[in-house]
Amino acid sequence: MTFTLYSLFEAALLCVNAVAVLHEERFLSKVGWGRDDQTTRGFGEDPGVKSQLINLIHSIRTVMRIPLIFLNIVTILFKLILG
Amino acid sequence: MDNPGSVPTKNFRLQGGRRSRQQKQPLPPQYGYGQGPQFFDDTTNIYPNLQFQGQPPGPATGWNNQTFGQPSFPGQQILGDPMAAMAMQYGQTLAGQGKVIVNEKLEKFVSVSKLKYYFAVDTAYVAKKLGLIFFPFTHSDWSVHYNQEEPVAPRYDINAPDLYIPSMAFVTYILTAGYLLGTQNKFSPEQLGIHASSALAWLTIELAIILLALYVLNIGNSLKVLDLTAFCSYKYVCMIAAVLASLIFSSLGYFAVLCYCSLSLDFFLLRTLRVSLLSQSTSDHYGGGSRRSLYLLLVLCVVQPFIMYWLTRHLVLDVGVQSNVME
Repeated sequence: MTFTLYSLFEAALLCVNAVAVLHEERFLSKVGWGRDDQTTRGFGEDPGVKSQLINLIHSIRTVMRIPLIFLNIVTILFKLILG
Repeated sequence: MDNPGSVPTKNFRLQGGRRSRQQKQPLPPQYGYGQGPQFFDDTTNIYPNLQFQGQPPGPATGWNNQTFGQPSFPGQQILGDPMAAMAMQYGQTLAGQGKVIVNEKLEKFVSVSKLKYYFAVDTAYVAKKLGLIFFPFTHSDWSVHYNQEEPVAPRYDINAPDLYIPSMAFVTYILTAGYLLGTQNKFSPEQLGIHASSALAWLTIELAIILLALYVLNIGNSLKVLDLTAFCSYKYVCMIAAVLASLIFSSLGYFAVLCYCSLSLDFFLLRTLRVSLLSQSTSDHYGGGSRRSLYLLLVLCVVQPFIMYWLTRHLVLDVGVQSNVME
């Protein structure tokens, strides 16, 4: 039960890393989760769970690409020094 | 937070520069408290001298002027000549402007002015809300009287969420956990920190999952993060009750109170959130959105008792927690 905020940070970092390595061309399109395959929908209507998820993955990849580099370096150094 | 109603009390800080910064246009006085754009009595400025000297106005502080319209700071009598007085005035202006800039920057991240609404509670509200958490079955009107985009101060509406009870309940929970650990001879001061950190981490996970679900299912645009934090933290009150019952009646009391509190908390959450979630979703989609939000609400209610049990079981039951502490 010793579940600290630091382990939460580590888990979140690992999850975001996992999302960041999902390549759109090589992988997501092959399983049918590419952005170009989504059917065009009307404007005011409900986007649907799958397209929301695809948008979320794409946004995480775009936004977190650079910060993840720094966060990973910092965490690696932290773990090397403090064990 | 700037409010035109208390301009006279701010004279001691700036002379006239502050008045031009009233950027909120005066709204019609509502709820009969016609002070301008805010809807509760902001009591942060009643003792302005506290921010300068740290003593309340009183007879003991002899040589300082305690009237509100006077710029009072230590050493006022010494700087008699006008040059120094002007320099002091300019310094005060700069400090005031810097403070305003820092507040504005902070507003973008933490939204301090919205946060104030959640702490505007009084004793009657707290008592009624606690009673409502433990016995919500007789309450009939669950709707919140909103006012456009401003969150309503909980002082005026019992159904509004607040952050005072959750923060107090959290701290009390940490303290009761420490007390219980003491009765089992497992207490050390680090345990308090570990417990606080752990409970906060679980709260953060729960909030993150709920926010993710709200985004993916595309519902609940009116449910703000702070509201959700408040609703997810009401279970600390129930956890405290269950843990205290375990002190008196050991395991049986613990499980009994846990079951009853889960029931009442679920009822309370269902009624409150159904009003806010469903009233919003029916305006956008036609029936599909309200079903999804209902499912999410049901999942949330089912999960609450498990979280309550998980967070308190090591305090009450005899589980092997030593191995976790060692690593």
